[in-house]
Amino acid sequence: MTKSITLTLKVWRQQDPQSRGRLETYEARDISTDMSFLEMLDVVNEQLTLEGREPIAFDHDCREGICGTCGAVVNGRPHGPEKGTTLCQLHMRHFSDGDTIVIEPWRARAFALIKDLAVDRGALDRLIRAGGYISANTGGAPDGNNILVPQETAELAMDAAACIGCGACVAACPNASAMLFVGAKVSHLALLPQGHPEAAARATAMVREMDRLGFGNCGNERECEAECPKEIKITNIARLNREFLKARFFSSVR
Amino acid sequence: MQLDGNVPGGPVAQKWDRHRFELKLVNPANKRKFDIIVVGTGLAGGSASAALAELGYNVKTFCIQDSPRRAHSIAAQGGINAAKNYTNEGDSIWRLFYDTVKGGDFRAREANVYRLAQISNNIIDQCVALGVPFARDYGGLLANRSFGGSQVSRTFYARGQTGQQLLLGAYSAMMRQVAAGKVQIYPRREMLELVVAGGQARGIVVRNLVTGQLEKHMAHAVVLCTGGYGNVYFLSTNAMASNVSATYKCYRRGAFFANPCFTQIHPTCIPVHGTYQSKLTLMSESLRNDGRVWVPKNAGDSRPPSQIPESDRDYYLENKYPSFGNLVPRDVASRNAKEQCDQGKGVGETGLAVYLDFADAIARDGRDLIARKYGNLFQMYEKITGEDPYETPMMIYPAVHYTMGGLWVDYNLMSTIDGLFVLGEANFSDHGANRLGASALMQGLADGFFVIPYTIGGYIAGSSFAEITTDHPAFKDAAAEAGQRIQKLLSVDGRRTVDDFHRHLGLIMWDHCGMARNNGDLGKVRSLIQELRAEFWENVTVPGVERDFNQSLERAGRVADFMEFAELMIVDALDRQESCGGHFNEAYQSEENEAMRDDEHFSHVSAWEFTGEGSEPNFHKEPLVFENVELATRSYK
Repeated sequence: MTKSITLTLKVWRQQDPQSRGRLETYEARDISTDMSFLEMLDVVNEQLTLEGREPIAFDHDCREGICGTCGAVVNGRPHGPEKGTTLCQLHMRHFSDGDTIVIEPWRARAFALIKDLAVDRGALDRLIRAGGYISANTGGAPDGNNILVPQETAELAMDAAACIGCGACVAACPNASAMLFVGAKVSHLALLPQGHPEAAARATAMVREMDRLGFGNCGNERECEAECPKEIKITNIARLNREFLKARFFSSVR
Repeated sequence: MQLDGNVPGGPVAQKWDRHRFELKLVNPANKRKFDIIVVGTGLAGGSASAALAELGYNVKTFCIQDSPRRAHSIAAQGGINAAKNYTNEGDSIWRLFYDTVKGGDFRAREANVYRLAQISNNIIDQCVALGVPFARDYGGLLANRSFGGSQVSRTFYARGQTGQQLLLGAYSAMMRQVAAGKVQIYPRREMLELVVAGGQARGIVVRNLVTGQLEKHMAHAVVLCTGGYGNVYFLSTNAMASNVSATYKCYRRGAFFANPCFTQIHPTCIPVHGTYQSKLTLMSESLRNDGRVWVPKNAGDSRPPSQIPESDRDYYLENKYPSFGNLVPRDVASRNAKEQCDQGKGVGETGLAVYLDFADAIARDGRDLIARKYGNLFQMYEKITGEDPYETPMMIYPAVHYTMGGLWVDYNLMSTIDGLFVLGEANFSDHGANRLGASALMQGLADGFFVIPYTIGGYIAGSSFAEITTDHPAFKDAAAEAGQRIQKLLSVDGRRTVDDFHRHLGLIMWDHCGMARNNGDLGKVRSLIQELRAEFWENVTVPGVERDFNQSLERAGRVADFMEFAELMIVDALDRQESCGGHFNEAYQSEENEAMRDDEHFSHVSAWEFTGEGSEPNFHKEPLVFENVELATRSYK
């Protein structure tokens, strides 16, 4: 049943990377429990705009949980309290009248803050650039059925490829590590026969780039797996470690 | 003026081969001397950037999102068509071509559609090579499923996330070219103006959305891959940032806009539930394979569905279309849902919904099988609505989903401005008046991977380019115009928010230029839009400053463009005095409320030319000639 609730928000406001940030308190009144979390923020922003104040900056786009644009730390948890849910798919029926909600941006050395809740996740693109691809120029591909992929392998690869690149794993990790993100991409491509020729080079280059960009190391805390909105498994990190070791010991890649 | 699509001669099956041979080539060593701008990084923009860079061109790629991987192609669920005939059902390039022309209600250009069908097979091969994890059969071969508008299984898919996986494939190919130094990525940039110098598209002016600064970028050709304009209705299945601005700005610079009134309303979306709502969510068309659509027989019946006995239910699609039943095409299913709600038989709190009921399918096949087929969709539905579709029927209603109209392009995908190419949903070319499921992904990748790499070479080899810099007056003028408009938006300082205006415009368009249109309404609605636009420029409030990360300002610019573009849609809808595909004019329907085309008078593309603010656009016609597919009335009875 639709209900109307009132909430107290404590939202991180920061004009730019150089300014000091602070938590500001807003009241969100008459919030329908059918609203998504971002629609609740829309309502607050409309109110702020009409009061002549600056609305809260936050990134969002598809609002159906697939583009990976949205994300904030809600009451200490990336994307909020619901398991396997992006912030745009978190609905207000999971909150109660009178709740206080603390909303903060992703915090990681590799993600510079832009404004309020918006951060720069360009480092994730740079990780893909380092090797998260298969080198296959357009035009020369053989017939799709010339490459057989066992169904189970295709499903495992798809499990890893489902990553939406939102950065919640980095935000959840005490070391701000990107191991789950890199593990997912290395696994997706290492599982498929098409990805084998470059597997060693890929694992080596992506791990090195991760260090270079200021991401931390994996400490097996498993926070990333717990908070991933697409429920990517940390077995992908184990596979990344195997691929990396294989590359170091058994390949000519340096 | 009659428009020439530059379609090559000869039989349709040989046109593309012949054309590729006749196109001039750019010497491999010379390609590095040419710069190409690509705007947008969806399937079309991502694949074009990769393919052009692989050939050796210097590519500058721009996107509005924080990363090129987030373009809205990512949200496509169902799949991508190809004429592989892996299922041995008798599929062929010719059949895919035929189905697409017919599905488009005979308002697409035959030669383009044939080429699309030919290329479809190459796309699958290329995507497999790039590591797209398509679904597989037990033996490791590629799996297929069926989709609307076709009698063969030709759809390739990656769970319910085919768009995501294809986009990540194109994105990874592009990132490889970034590593190679051949593509430069400019994220968080919004194109504000096209720069035309010496009659050629030579660059763009963009706003850096982080710093707010205007930047000028020059090239030898501009490739626009900026998607559709469904957000003119405010509520749609499009992403929040999807907009018409890039294509509309090109229209204002001289590119013709084709068939703007052709919009697709998808029948199975989660209904609107409140005035605060920001977007609509699609539930895959595949649900109609097992779900039964119904409404109460009597208007105003407010009992919960479980208490409405069979005798008081109307399974209106099954009753009206016995042979296709719940699987009629999208436009037909949508119009019928609206008709039922208009008669007061709609359900739910707003009365703007119909039931999609799985009770019979669950009783027949068991809950487990239904869960295997649709589990993720049922879960998504429950997440959004808080209701469990295993226990109670889903509620669905049509929503704006895709726009078939777009900038007019010839066979080379070049607009009426030399050097401005338009790919994917942003152009008008392949889907006619109605797009079939699983063919948008096909078109985006066809245009980007396999058409533009050839046709842009033909243009560059056949043109001469003046040596200019971004200090050229055309750049200065375009940047000045963009800057003035931003100042104007910030200086209004009124009382209504941008979203408030956008929502208002969306309601006008949905009510009068949505699923059904009539001449009386269309005649009145232009003045409503003009009044709203006038109020916008007097009473909008845009907080913040220009040189900042200012999301209100971004939205204000887009809504201002929608306000102008909406009028063009009305002009086009009024001009097209027939019903076809997604354009249903109530004056042209059979006794059974089916759409009636007028092939004698409207078998053409309507292309509109901008003639200045406040003055009527000029009409241009590209006649459509059907040499290979016989014009016929679609029937689903």
